[in-house]
Amino acid sequence: MEPAVKEHVQKEIDRLANKEVFIHLETTNGAYASHFDETFFSSGAYIRNAQLVYEHGKVTGKGPYRVGLKMNFGWVYAEGITHFEVDEENRLLLAGHDFSGKLAVALQISESPFE
Amino acid sequence: MEKERHVLVIFPHPDDEAFGVSGTISLHIDNGTPVTYACLTLGEMGRNMGNPPFATRETLPKIRKEELEEAARVLGIQDLRMLGYRDKTVEFEDEEKLANRLGVIIGETNPSLIITFYPGYAVHPDHDATGAAVIRAVRELPADKRPKVHCVAFSNNCEEEIGQADVVNDVSAVIDRKIAAIKAHASQTQLMAASMEESIKNQDPEVLARMYKERFWTYKI
Repeated sequence: MEPAVKEHVQKEIDRLANKEVFIHLETTNGAYASHFDETFFSSGAYIRNAQLVYEHGKVTGKGPYRVGLKMNFGWVYAEGITHFEVDEENRLLLAGHDFSGKLAVALQISESPFE
Repeated sequence: MEKERHVLVIFPHPDDEAFGVSGTISLHIDNGTPVTYACLTLGEMGRNMGNPPFATRETLPKIRKEELEEAARVLGIQDLRMLGYRDKTVEFEDEEKLANRLGVIIGETNPSLIITFYPGYAVHPDHDATGAAVIRAVRELPADKRPKVHCVAFSNNCEEEIGQADVVNDVSAVIDRKIAAIKAHASQTQLMAASMEESIKNQDPEVLARMYKERFWTYKI
């Protein structure tokens, strides 16, 4: 992955707009967070292969970035995006890595289901 | 350490075997005991991606599969089984189906010892769910056919509630292989492996105790 470049990410979000796409969305603080720090409130959410169409999407902020996708019926968003990649299957992979490099958030958009 | 007929190790994530039990696995293999390792997931949800990141959510499973195969090779495990579950979802599987699947592997390998996580005392939900499924599968066997079950526990409250580990294996004779197994999981252990070796060199007592002594709780079925 490479550090996210706002214009490039925006171009990819535009490319995938108004199409049936599959979304992977995840936030995580890791399964051990409360083990190492009992005062830490562990939380996260995960959805893989939600199928939807968004009419437009936007990347905002100065980095780490926020990405929001507007649908006919609702919204998808992620914050903390630091890295991106368009992989060999032409999927847009966005990820936010924390200060030690660990993945904290992921938003991925694909025209075919993630395996 | 008792000589076993066959050891079956059941954990949910590639690298679960490396930290807590790879020394014990090596000792059994040196003893001529066959070891089967059933690993439920490929650690798809791991958070270590390299820094700067060399893995993505989508490439991580492939990388971790290769690392798992390398760790098995380093340890001399001949029978490695990847069961195809998904990281962080084990606790949401149908418990009976999961226990039955593990029961089939237990039936095939006929182990005298199973090593897994202590349900309720192993921190990660996948660990607890895996341990619980193993216990459920073993309970299905007639009492005189049940293998011993040695569990790994490390939750903060474990010693208060289940006491001290009753099996402690000194693995100093095979420490090089243990370190090699940990290092085989490079994507996950790269950062800590260097500081770990440094601590061993400096004889840090806490790290030495953790690395050289592998602790298990015998589960009373």
